[in-house]
Amino acid sequence: MAEIAIKKKRPKNLDLPSIRLPLPGILSILHRISGAVLFLLLPVLLWLFQQSLASPETYAAAKAVTSNFLVKFILFGLIWLYMHHFCAGIRYLLLDLHKGIDLESARLSSWIVFGVSITLAVIVSAKVLL
Amino acid sequence: MINRIVVGAGYGLKDWIAQRATALIMAVYTLILLVTLGALSPSSYEAWRAIFANGFMQFMTFLFFISLFYHVWIGMRDIWMDYVKPDGLRLMLEIATIAALVGYAGWAVKILWRL
Ligand code: HEM
Repeated sequence: MAEIAIKKKRPKNLDLPSIRLPLPGILSILHRISGAVLFLLLPVLLWLFQQSLASPETYAAAKAVTSNFLVKFILFGLIWLYMHHFCAGIRYLLLDLHKGIDLESARLSSWIVFGVSITLAVIVSAKVLL
Repeated sequence: MINRIVVGAGYGLKDWIAQRATALIMAVYTLILLVTLGALSPSSYEAWRAIFANGFMQFMTFLFFISLFYHVWIGMRDIWMDYVKPDGLRLMLEIATIAALVGYAGWAVKILWRL
């Protein structure tokens, strides 16, 4: 099968940067990625949650772990992924109810999702990581 | 003859609804938690623990976790179905996903019930 030569000239576009994934598309793939990454890191998150609640000592130990800059940075990333999944998820629920399905509103709501999720991520991170 | 491709049984609309119902529960919980964190700014172990030891929050957090595990099962199964074509491998990943999620559910109970 793979040996069959393609004789017909078909239009090809290998200029990849000229293909643009529209904003709602970026939002959508990020929604999937965020869901999968959060799933994969659930044991770490559950462990942190457990440590933070089990006793004053484990709480202090969890604080010590999260005082590391790299850990803070990763946790900020996870909080942002969660907020993105949360906001994009609500947008999907509204789309399912046929709210805002025309192109114009779909673009606008995508911008709103990105803006709100980053804002929430910064605020929550400031509260729990600083 | 209708040539249906059988990919499994017992899901479809029911899971679609379940994924959205669990999403709604988690969204409401997230809002409650955001408001609580905003209002209380817990900065000590006692304040942090008190949030989740509160009867209402304990119930809501438990509901959140159960919703989460169901939601993630449907979501991850969709993802495995989209990208993993060999049946055996996909089945293994699905079983591993269920096993992990059931384990996490037990773990979540343990965390919350010790408060
Ligand atoms: C406030 C919380 C959440 C809301 C509102 C929410 C909402 C949604 C919605 C509406 C979908 C369906 C999307 C679609 O069919 O295209 C979805 C899918 C999914 N969610 Fe969530 N979710 C939340 C939390 C989570 C969390 C915490 C995780 C992981 C730990 C997660 C993992 C997933 C996965 C893996 C999918 C499948 C993604 C896909 O098929 O592209 N969700 N979520």
